Amino acid sequence: MNKINSKECLIAAYNECKGKLVLRETSAHDIKSVKKELLCCGGTGCHASNSKELMERLTANIKKAGLENDVKVVQTGCFGFCAQGPIVKVMPDNVFYVQVTPEDADEIVEKHIVGKELVERLLFVEPQLKSRVADYAKMSFYAKQERISLRNCGLLDPEDISEYIANQGYQALAKCLFEMKPETVVQEVLNSGLCGRGGAGFPTGLKWKIAAGVKTDEKYVICNADEGDPGAFMDRSIMEGDPNSVIEAMAIAAYAINAQRGLVYIRAEYPLAVARLEKAIQQAREIGLLGDNIMGTDFSFDIEIKLGAGAFVCGEETALIHSMEGQRGEPTTKPPFPANVGGGYWGCSSNVNNVETYATIPEIIRKGAAWYSKIGNWQAEFDENGNFKRTISGNAGTKVFALAGQINNVGLVEVPMGTTLREIIYEIGGGISGGREFKAVQTGGPSGGCITAENLDTPIDYGNLAKIGSMMGSGGMIVLSDKDCMPAMAKFYLDFTKDESCGKCTPCRIGTRRMLEMLEKICDGNGTEEMLVDLENLAKTITDTALCGLGQTAPNPILSTLRYFKDEYLAHVRDKKCPAGTCRKLFTLKINDSCIGCTKCKRNCPVNAITGELKQLHVIDQTKCIKCGACIDGCPKKAIVME
Amino acid sequence: MCCCKQMSEAAAAKFAELDAFIATLNVDPADERRRGRLIQVLHKAQAIFGYLPREVQQHVAKKLYLTEAQVSGVVSFYNYFHTEPKGKYCIDICLGTACYVKGAEKVMSEVERVLGVKADTHPTEDGLFSISGLRCVGACGLAPVMMVNGKVYGKVTPAKAVEIVNEYKKQG
Repeated sequence: MNKINSKECLIAAYNECKGKLVLRETSAHDIKSVKKELLCCGGTGCHASNSKELMERLTANIKKAGLENDVKVVQTGCFGFCAQGPIVKVMPDNVFYVQVTPEDADEIVEKHIVGKELVERLLFVEPQLKSRVADYAKMSFYAKQERISLRNCGLLDPEDISEYIANQGYQALAKCLFEMKPETVVQEVLNSGLCGRGGAGFPTGLKWKIAAGVKTDEKYVICNADEGDPGAFMDRSIMEGDPNSVIEAMAIAAYAINAQRGLVYIRAEYPLAVARLEKAIQQAREIGLLGDNIMGTDFSFDIEIKLGAGAFVCGEETALIHSMEGQRGEPTTKPPFPANVGGGYWGCSSNVNNVETYATIPEIIRKGAAWYSKIGNWQAEFDENGNFKRTISGNAGTKVFALAGQINNVGLVEVPMGTTLREIIYEIGGGISGGREFKAVQTGGPSGGCITAENLDTPIDYGNLAKIGSMMGSGGMIVLSDKDCMPAMAKFYLDFTKDESCGKCTPCRIGTRRMLEMLEKICDGNGTEEMLVDLENLAKTITDTALCGLGQTAPNPILSTLRYFKDEYLAHVRDKKCPAGTCRKLFTLKINDSCIGCTKCKRNCPVNAITGELKQLHVIDQTKCIKCGACIDGCPKKAIVME
Repeated sequence: MCCCKQMSEAAAAKFAELDAFIATLNVDPADERRRGRLIQVLHKAQAIFGYLPREVQQHVAKKLYLTEAQVSGVVSFYNYFHTEPKGKYCIDICLGTACYVKGAEKVMSEVERVLGVKADTHPTEDGLFSISGLRCVGACGLAPVMMVNGKVYGKVTPAKAVEIVNEYKKQG
């Protein structure tokens, strides 16, 4: 690609490249078309399910059929429907194949590409309708979604910047550089109502305004890509599937606040995202979209990647900055905020936003704040010039959620603010897996809380989730069913925060450990009712006294499960019973009379705790049993019971 | 370095590789911000040596003009850095929430039981395997997830995990 030295160059490049996406953007539903593209997911999840081999085999088969000039295999970012991966989308036929193995490549090429016939067995089965659908827009998983941050994921090849340019990429940056003053850019973001998608929900425009107001020579734009919330993977998906959006947005932010350098702090656990981002930065530099005098203006900006090293607390912005400076990732009190002099990277004023927030910015600039602010349930007051004054209720735009846990359609979903949990879980998510009963959703990860059935119809926004004792967080949504024990969930999260506490402040360092110990006692059947009172008191004290967000929110899983599932705690401490049947010390496994002596459980048992002859009643040796439940899963007569 | 005189050729080559990398960073002893390179250098050092023993930490400290305490403080803070060698095959079992709800704990205890070592301690006696618990690799759609030397295995059950381990055992 040629260097892009001016706005005209960018438009020329766009005109030259846009043909690349024609097949992908028209859904002709015409299986007879000669020219085709096979879009394959190249995200971490699908790579793990052999999508690389699949792509190689598709390419080889296409070549064998002599169709390599007409049919192309394209590696794209994540489609979001991770439970059904690897996915192959055939365009312009608009056919969406799911759970495709490398072996299936032969049939897709032979039957679909050569024979012009659908491979029915690889189509997604709509759970409610029990019928197969080829058109992804008709799938309930996608029908209610509005993909803005994820707009390019599953559409573009993330390793080819020309595809991003073909989809009007970098035009938002051009618009800023040539048509808008820095303060207009800030105002536009403020008017859009966009709030930080990393979890806290602070208005992005306001953050930019504060940073822009600081007059110094050295400023930084930082992207927080330390997605540490276990169970959330939207940031990884965006960086793997659409790294250029993040780069373009960081450049826009730099222009708006007058910064010269950008830094992406990214988890070392995401090697593919690091590689894609590095490649995109390299390509942007090569064609002059990063570096000195971008598009012939006097605006210069470049980005460096900083690797994390596995510390959850580094998602907190002050800890993140310390980590980038080569120190222990310990947080410090705010103020000074990163935007203040003395608070940011090497003490310089810095603007920190999260990946998903950045990925939304180019669309807001291109389509305008008015367009974005109308999506979602945002009610706000504006002054006579149309500038934002204050929020009345709700939030603007969309939010990406990572649906996981006991749900049928695991994956990434992007929905307008104000969508209800019921819509997300039952319509998009396809309901609870295994035909089990819904119990709760944990949002906000280790800092959040749970939402129960009674609040399923609450419209989701930052304020509403806080009101019901949870939080938006980065958007992890773990669906729990009746077989999940709530005190054990709280214990799981505390085990996490105890490990991840940096140790700087006492309430968090010692408090999380004490809370975990109490929860361990409760789950082992050694708890008392007084302990529940102590637990709640300690939790509240830590909330009030810990230094940073990690410590202040660490008690949330306890407080919220105590609030909604007190009866489960009481069952553990009073009756020494675990209603969900997961706390191993509180039950024994026994084989009842319906045993037919099939020996299956005996063979399944990993510790040889089961004895019995063929066609005889089997017995479990309680001294050996580790209560793993492997025997239950195999028993054809459901003869193994928990007592 | 305490034993540089007897340092094997292999170790010398490793230190040379690390030095070549550090040289590209143009570390200036007068630059207060040289410390910002530390984590990057430690990542490289761990990639070369497999772990970060004391002599490597001392070496890094010297090359970046930092104190040993500064380096050691950082190494001990981050989960990603380890000061003990790992097995030939590093088994990482994801203990993120999505995996936990899908039974990652059972996978973990089964792998620990079969190999006879606990997670995040030392490798197996034959030096083949070491087990670690990991916080979310972001492949929640495949939960529970287990990785062997970075290769991701999805939807593992305790039985499937043992099969995978046995496959590697066969390769030796």
